[in-house]
Amino acid sequence: QQIQEEMNKQLFDNLVSFLRRSHSEFQEKATEWTCRMKSREIPTAALVLGVNVTDHDLTFKSLSEILQNNITPYVALLQAKDCPGIKNLMQKLMGQLMNCYVDADSSDEEDCAQVSPNRIRCSMTSLISWYENITKKTDSETPNRKRTSSRHLQSPPVVVIFKDMESFTTKVLQDFIVISSQHIHELPLILIFGIATSPMIIHSLLPHSISSLLCIELFQSLSCKEHLSTIIDKLLLTTQFAFKLGEKVLQVLINIFLYHDFSVQNFIKGFQLCIVEHFYSQPLSVLCCQLSEAKKRVNSLSHSQCENIRRLPSFRRYVESQESEKQIALLTSDNFLKEAVQKLLEDLHVYHENYLPVLRCLHVFTSSLPKYPLGKQIRELHCACLESRVWETEDYESSLQLARMLNKSDLVTMLQKCVEIFVSSSGKDFDKVVEKLKDFLAQFQKLEGACQEQGESISSQKELQKKTDLYHLQKSLLELKESRRSKKLTKFEVLRFEVVDFIDSLVKNYLVPADHQTLHELVYFSRAGALREHLNAAPRVALHTALNNPGCYLKHQALRSDGGSLSNKAPDVCIVYKLHLECGRLINLVDWLEAFATVVTAAEGPSGDAAVSDQVDDVIHARFIRAVSELELLGFIKASKQKTDHVARLTWGGC
Amino acid sequence: MSHHGARGGAALEVRFVPDEDVLKHIAEDAGFKVRKDKPQLAVSVKGFVKTLENISDDEAQEMLEEKSYVAVLGIRTQDSMGDGSGVGGGELYTFQTPKRSGKMAELASELARTPGQSEAPDCTECPKKNVKTPQSSSNKKNEFVSTTPYRLRRRLTAPDTQLESESEYSASCSEEEEEEEEQKESSTVAGRKTPAKTKAASTPLSKKSLSKKMKEDKMSNLVEQYFEAHSSSKVLTSDRTLQKLQKRRLNQETLRDLLKKAPLPYAAEIKELNQQHESLFSKWMLQLHLGFNIVLYGLGSKRDLLEKFRTSVLQDSVHLVVNGYFPSITVRSILNSITEEVLEHTGTFRSPLDQLEFIVKRFKEDSSLELYVLIHNLDSQMLRGERSQQILAQLSSLPSVYLIASIDHINAPLMWDQAKQSLYNWLWYETTTFSPYVEETSYENSLLVQQSGSLALSSLTHVLRSLTPNARGIFRLLARYQLENKDNPSYPGLSFQDFYQQCREAFLVNSDLTLRAQLTEFRDHKLIRTKRGADGVEYLLIPVDDSTLTDFLEKEDEDV
Repeated sequence: QQIQEEMNKQLFDNLVSFLRRSHSEFQEKATEWTCRMKSREIPTAALVLGVNVTDHDLTFKSLSEILQNNITPYVALLQAKDCPGIKNLMQKLMGQLMNCYVDADSSDEEDCAQVSPNRIRCSMTSLISWYENITKKTDSETPNRKRTSSRHLQSPPVVVIFKDMESFTTKVLQDFIVISSQHIHELPLILIFGIATSPMIIHSLLPHSISSLLCIELFQSLSCKEHLSTIIDKLLLTTQFAFKLGEKVLQVLINIFLYHDFSVQNFIKGFQLCIVEHFYSQPLSVLCCQLSEAKKRVNSLSHSQCENIRRLPSFRRYVESQESEKQIALLTSDNFLKEAVQKLLEDLHVYHENYLPVLRCLHVFTSSLPKYPLGKQIRELHCACLESRVWETEDYESSLQLARMLNKSDLVTMLQKCVEIFVSSSGKDFDKVVEKLKDFLAQFQKLEGACQEQGESISSQKELQKKTDLYHLQKSLLELKESRRSKKLTKFEVLRFEVVDFIDSLVKNYLVPADHQTLHELVYFSRAGALREHLNAAPRVALHTALNNPGCYLKHQALRSDGGSLSNKAPDVCIVYKLHLECGRLINLVDWLEAFATVVTAAEGPSGDAAVSDQVDDVIHARFIRAVSELELLGFIKASKQKTDHVARLTWGGC
Repeated sequence: MSHHGARGGAALEVRFVPDEDVLKHIAEDAGFKVRKDKPQLAVSVKGFVKTLENISDDEAQEMLEEKSYVAVLGIRTQDSMGDGSGVGGGELYTFQTPKRSGKMAELASELARTPGQSEAPDCTECPKKNVKTPQSSSNKKNEFVSTTPYRLRRRLTAPDTQLESESEYSASCSEEEEEEEEQKESSTVAGRKTPAKTKAASTPLSKKSLSKKMKEDKMSNLVEQYFEAHSSSKVLTSDRTLQKLQKRRLNQETLRDLLKKAPLPYAAEIKELNQQHESLFSKWMLQLHLGFNIVLYGLGSKRDLLEKFRTSVLQDSVHLVVNGYFPSITVRSILNSITEEVLEHTGTFRSPLDQLEFIVKRFKEDSSLELYVLIHNLDSQMLRGERSQQILAQLSSLPSVYLIASIDHINAPLMWDQAKQSLYNWLWYETTTFSPYVEETSYENSLLVQQSGSLALSSLTHVLRSLTPNARGIFRLLARYQLENKDNPSYPGLSFQDFYQQCREAFLVNSDLTLRAQLTEFRDHKLIRTKRGADGVEYLLIPVDDSTLTDFLEKEDEDV
C-alpha cells in the first residue's frame, strides 16, 4: 500500500507540473502586456477553460501560485458564490489581499495582522490607501527587503481572478468594473476572468459601455482532451509504473470522461480507485512493482501465495503448455515455481518495453491515414490492441491497405519518426529494427536519386515525340499506357510494400494483447464492473430492480420467479410499488389499501378469508401504512391536496 | 353492450338479472373493459392486445407482456451491472399514459391468484378460476366495479354496504362517451389480434433485433406520448375516502406496536444481505482514508448498517452521527456540533460560512485531527437544499474529514452538480438491505394515513398547562367561539374588539393591554394566528383542525 501512495503522489505531481507548463505561456504573455497598460482601461485577461469545471480549481490554484511567485504578491481569487453583492466582493477582495500581504512579510508587520479584515470599512478608497501604504513602505524599506521584492515589477499590480465569471451577477461585475476603472491610476489592477463557455459571454454579460473600459486579451487554455492524452501518455504508456489498466477499465474511464464530465480530475480519481481496488482485491498485487523489487519479493513468497499463483488462469495455461515433468515441478515445488515466476515477470516486463514503442510506431502510421480506421488518438489504438489481436481486425486490414498507398514523403517522415521512437526506447532487441528502418530510409534516398534520372529520361522522350505526327503520337501513347499497366511495380512500390510488411511483422510480434501474457493478472486491473459501480452508479436502477424483482437480492425460493414477475409473497413495499405502477397521476388510498389487502390475504392463505372480508385487518393496515410512507420517503409519491385521501405519483409513467 | 359483444364475435349476452347473477357474470366478463392502446410498456411490449372473445386468452396475454417487460428490465439491469458496457434504464423513464384505477385492483387479484408461477394460457381453466375468486372474499367485488360499464356497475353497487352507496366515480359523466370510444377501438384491435399476438410471443427471442427498431420508435413517439399523457386534465379515481372506511385511524404508537407484531418476512435473507455489506467495512475504511467519501444507496434502511459500521470500526475514533431524517436538523446544528464538541470551541459565528471557514482552518492547522461524519439520509428535506449541500461538500473535501452517507430518494443524485460532486469525491456503494425504514419514516408525518393530530393536541395541553388560569380561560373562549363557527366556511376569526368584550365579560382581563400581552404570548407559542381583515380589523384564529380542538376542549373540561 505504500507503493500505491507513492504512485498517487507521483500522479498528482505529474498533473500539476503539466498544468504549470500549460500556463507558463500565459504568464509570459501576461507580463509583456502588463507593461503596456493604458490609462482608463483595465487590462483584462479572459481565460477560456472549457466545460470541465471541476478541473478549474486546480488550474487557478497553480496559476495564482505562479503569479505570486513571478509577478506580484497581490493576487486575489474570487468565486461567484462568495460574492452575492458588491459589498461582499470588496470584503472578500480586501481580506485576501491583506492576508497575502501579511503572509509576505508577517515578521515585521504585526500591526497589520491584528486588524481583522472584516472590520475594515471596505471601499475602494481604503484599498487604495492600503496599496499606497505598502508601495511606499517597500520603497522606503531596507535594501534587504528591496532585494526580495525586486523580482516583482516596480509597482506590482493587483491581480484579481474571477474564477467563474458566468455565475457572477452582472450587476456586481459591472459595478466593480466601473468603480475600479475610476481608480486605475492609483491602483494598477488586473482582472482575470475564468470562462467556461465561450468568449462571447463577456459581451453578453457586460454592456458595451462597461466592456469598453476593459482591455481584453483572450487566452485559450488547452482543451481537456489534450490534458487527457498527456496524462494517459504519462501514466499508462510508460514502463515506469508497473500498474496497468485492462481494456474494459480504460474504456469505462474514457467513456466517463467523454460522455459525463470532461474532467481530468475525475479521470485521475478513477485511476486512483483502480489502483486501490487492484491492491485490495488481488492478493498477488505485492508483485506489482518495479522489476527488481518484484524479483526480491518473489523469493519471500509464502506457500499460500504460491498456491494463489498456481490458481491464476494465465499461469495454468502456461503450465499446460509445458512438458509433463516441468508441469509437476511447477505444481509441487515452491522453489521451482518462484524461479519460473521470476522469469515470467521478466518476460512480462520485456513485453511491456517492446509493446510501447511498437504501439507508438503503429500510431505514427495509422494516425495520418484518411478516415482514421484505427482511431486518431493513441489511446484508441491502445484499447484496440489490448482488446484482441489487433492484426485480426478489419480496421487493421483497411489501415494497412491505406498505408500501402502512402506517398513517399509521408512515408519517409514516418519512418524517421519511428526510428526516433525506437532509438529513444530502452528495448534491447530494437537495434535490429532500427537498422532495418535506417536501411529502408537509405533505400528511399537512393530511389529519389533514381527517380530524378528517370524523370530526365522521360522528358527527353517527350522531346522526341514532338516531331512525330498525330497518328504516331496516338500509337505511342497507347503503347505507353499498356506498358505502364503491365509494367512490374516500380522500385518505390516494392519498397513501400516491404516497409508495410515489416511494420506488420513488428505488430504481430509485439502487440499481442496483454491477457495472452502469463501472469498478466498481477499488473492489469480489469474489473470494469466494479469500477463502474462505484464511479458511475445508477441508484435509480438499483432501486427499481429491488422493488420490481426482490428475488434479485433476497435469495428465497418463494421470490425466485422465472419470468421475473412479482409473486404475492414479495415484501410489502414491492407489492405496494407494483400496485401503484398501475395508477395514473392520482392514487386513491382506499383502493390502494384494499388491493394491497387482497394480495396479502391471498398470500397468507385462505384461512381467515371470511372474517376479514369487510374490514381490513389492523396489522395489514399498519403494514400498508409503513409501505406507503416508505414509498414517500423514496420519492415515488407525495401527498396531494387535489382530492381527499389521494396521493400523487411523482415518477415516470405518472405525473 | 350486447351489440358490443356481437361485434366481437363472442357469445356473450347481457341481461338485467338478479344481483347474484350479475356478480357471477361480472367475474366472467371482466375482460370487457378495453383499455385504450397504451403506449409500449417496454421494449418487447409493442401492441397491446385485448381480445373480446376469450378472457383467458386475454389474461394470458397480459401476463406474458407484463412478464417480458420485467424480464427485459431485469436483463438490462444485470447487463449494465455485469460488464458495464451498456447503460440500462432507458426503459425506466418512458412515458406511460395514465391508466384506470381499476387496473390496480385487477392486478391485485391477479397477483393474489397466482402464487408466483406463470399461469398456463389454458382456455378451459381460467374462467373457473375467475369465478372462484369473487367468492373467496367479498371485497373482490369492488375491484371489478371499475372494470365494468357504468350502468351495470350501478346496479351492482346498489345493494352493497354503505361504503359504495354513493356514486363511485367523480368523472362518471364522461364515462359514456369513453365507452363508445373503447368499443370502436376494441373492434380494430380485435382485427389485428393475431399478428400482434405472435409478435408478443416471439419477442423474447428476437429481442435484440427488435430493440434497435424500438429505440427509433421510442424517440419519435416520446414527444407525442408526453402530451398524450398530459392532455387529459381529469384523473379518474374513485371518490372513496378513508373516513368512510369505518376504520379508526391508527396513531404512531399503535402503529408501531402492530408492526412489531407482524413478523418481518425473509429475515434470514435480509441478514445474509447485511452480512455481505458488512464484509465491506474494512474496504470502506481504507477508501475513506485515501480521500474518498462513501455514499450508500439502494432500497431499505441503511441506518442499522451504518450503526454497525460505527460500533465495529469507529469505536476508538472521533465521529459524529447526523440523523438527516430528523425534521429539525440543519447544517448549522451539524457545524455547531463540530465546533463545540469536536473542536471544543465556545463562541458563536455570524454565518455558517464563517463557521465552515473556522473549521477548515482548524483542520488544516492540526493534521492529527480526524473526524468521521456519518450522515443518515443526506437527501432529507432539511439537508437537500443547495446551500447546505455546498457546505457539507466543502466540509467533506477536507482531507481529514471522512464522510459516509446514505441516500434514499430516487432523485437524490440530482442535488449535486459537477462541482459539488468533485468536492464530495463520492464512491458509490449499492447496499440494498430491504429492512424497513422504521426511524426514517416515523418523522415523515405529512402523509401518514393515521395522523390524528395527537402531537398538536399534546403540545396544546402542554403549553396551556404552564399558563395562568386566566390565560387558559382566554384561550378556551377563543376555541369555543371557533368551534361554534366551524360550519361557516368563510369564518374569518374572532375580531379583537369582540374578543376583548367577551373576555371582559368573563372577568378574564381588565384592560386592552393585558389581553394584548396575553395574545403575544399565544402567538409566540404558535397557538394563535392573527390576520388583518379587509376592513383593517385584527382577527384571531387557532390554526388547529376542529376535531383536535374539540378533543382539547373536552380534556380541558375534564380537568376543570
